[in-house]
Amino acid sequence: MGLLQPEPGLLIWMTLAFAVVFILLARFGFPVIQKSVERRREYIDSSLAAADEARKKLEDLQQEMEAVRRDAEKQKSEILRSAVQTREQLIAEARRKAGEEGENIIAAAKAAARLESDAIIRDARHQVALLSIAVSEKLLRERFSDPQAQTALAERLLEEVDPDKDEKRKK
Amino acid sequence: MIAFLAAVLLLLPFRPASAQAADTAAAAPAEELDPKSLVLGHLGDSYWWHIGTFGGREVSLYLPVIVRSSADGGGWHFFSSCHLAEGASWEGFSIAPEGKYEGKIVEALPDGTMVRPFDLSMTKTVAALLLNSVIALVVILIPARWYRRHQGVKEHPKGFTAFMEMAVEILQDDLIKPCVGENWKRFSPYLLTVFFFILINNFMSLIPFFPGGVNVTGNITVTFVLALASFLVINIFGGRAYWRDIFWPEVPAWLKVPVPIIPVIEFVGIFTKPFALMIRLFANMVGGHAAIICLICVIFVTAGMGVAVNGPMTVVSLLFAVFMNALEVLVAFLQAYVFTMLSGVFIGLAQEGKIEKSKK
Repeated sequence: MGLLQPEPGLLIWMTLAFAVVFILLARFGFPVIQKSVERRREYIDSSLAAADEARKKLEDLQQEMEAVRRDAEKQKSEILRSAVQTREQLIAEARRKAGEEGENIIAAAKAAARLESDAIIRDARHQVALLSIAVSEKLLRERFSDPQAQTALAERLLEEVDPDKDEKRKK
Repeated sequence: MIAFLAAVLLLLPFRPASAQAADTAAAAPAEELDPKSLVLGHLGDSYWWHIGTFGGREVSLYLPVIVRSSADGGGWHFFSSCHLAEGASWEGFSIAPEGKYEGKIVEALPDGTMVRPFDLSMTKTVAALLLNSVIALVVILIPARWYRRHQGVKEHPKGFTAFMEMAVEILQDDLIKPCVGENWKRFSPYLLTVFFFILINNFMSLIPFFPGGVNVTGNITVTFVLALASFLVINIFGGRAYWRDIFWPEVPAWLKVPVPIIPVIEFVGIFTKPFALMIRLFANMVGGHAAIICLICVIFVTAGMGVAVNGPMTVVSLLFAVFMNALEVLVAFLQAYVFTMLSGVFIGLAQEGKIEKSKK
């Protein structure tokens, strides 16, 4: 059958046509398209990667910002707390100092009072001594107006002064 | 792709009907229609490209005849095929009306015998083949030119270039990469060329009027060259493991030592694979074309049987022709796809050994 018989002429033409088409397309056609498509694909991939990285960086930055904010807040509360503490401390200190001062004053006052009272007592004693001397002077004077009594006393006093007699008496 | 296919589907089916109708309607009253010769005439080759019959006048494109005389001297003869029309003879050459060389140019030798000269004529198939080759080149090189002019990665093509880019990308990612495997980049240009070459030839052959309608890929010589190209690519780039699997496969020793049964089978397989490629494409295209023309012929065969028969038969055959044309568009794409895919698979199989070896 004629349909199944290859024609040598057509064979040559076909080989030629196919070879030319193949060489031209393989040289100037498909590799150009392929390379361009690949380059664009790479570019898109790298762009996507870059965008992803940028997003991640932004997230990191936001986290960092958040951390900084939290830190500042913490510091703020810390400062407030420490301020309160300091205030209380100061007040306590002031109170303590005031107390101490008061005590000191009281102590000083007490000491002064004691000294005063001692002086008063000493003075009083002195006065009492003077008074008693005066009284006894008066008494003695009254008593010794009688010369007999005077002599008796003087004798007794002499007795008291003489130590030998004393000792003899003891024996 | 779908839009393109849809456009082709919408345009095509009605045209063969009208074109063939015009063609045969003029012929029918003059002589009895011979469907067999009509079908074979379409499927076969001719020395001129019959465009149509307009107002009773046959319009044909006469193509150059290039023959090398078998007679002594053996010079080249170059003339237009219009000198051979209507069985005329020119410079001792004529078209054999019957016999072994029916429809081919034969040379009358001085002793009266008719011999077949070496025939390099640009026949209808050759002309269509060249035209389709030019279309293939244009279809690929015009988008390629866009890429050469736009080197920046930030630009992307539009329109036809974008469409071709998508087609090339789909073929590479979904067909060539999985079929060929690791070395796909090396064979991608060949496989893409095969795909677009077959696809354009298939589609052009489905267009029923002048620049198309020639059964190029349904010609055994054309598919033979395509299969031969795949055969060469498969075997030239085949790895050592591929050849070892053919001549010393891993089968029980008795299958290959005294009588090399498996090696012989494997060796024959080298040739049957491309042979199957050749026959598959050829038979599919011939079958589709034959079916469409036969369905159209039904209208004219039944013309003499009266309106009652001819009317319904015309409707039925037209419906079937529309269906067949739609099917043929699918087949045209499918056969290009299958040829590329199987070539890719065979190339991939021949490459496999290389990759395994490099892995070891």
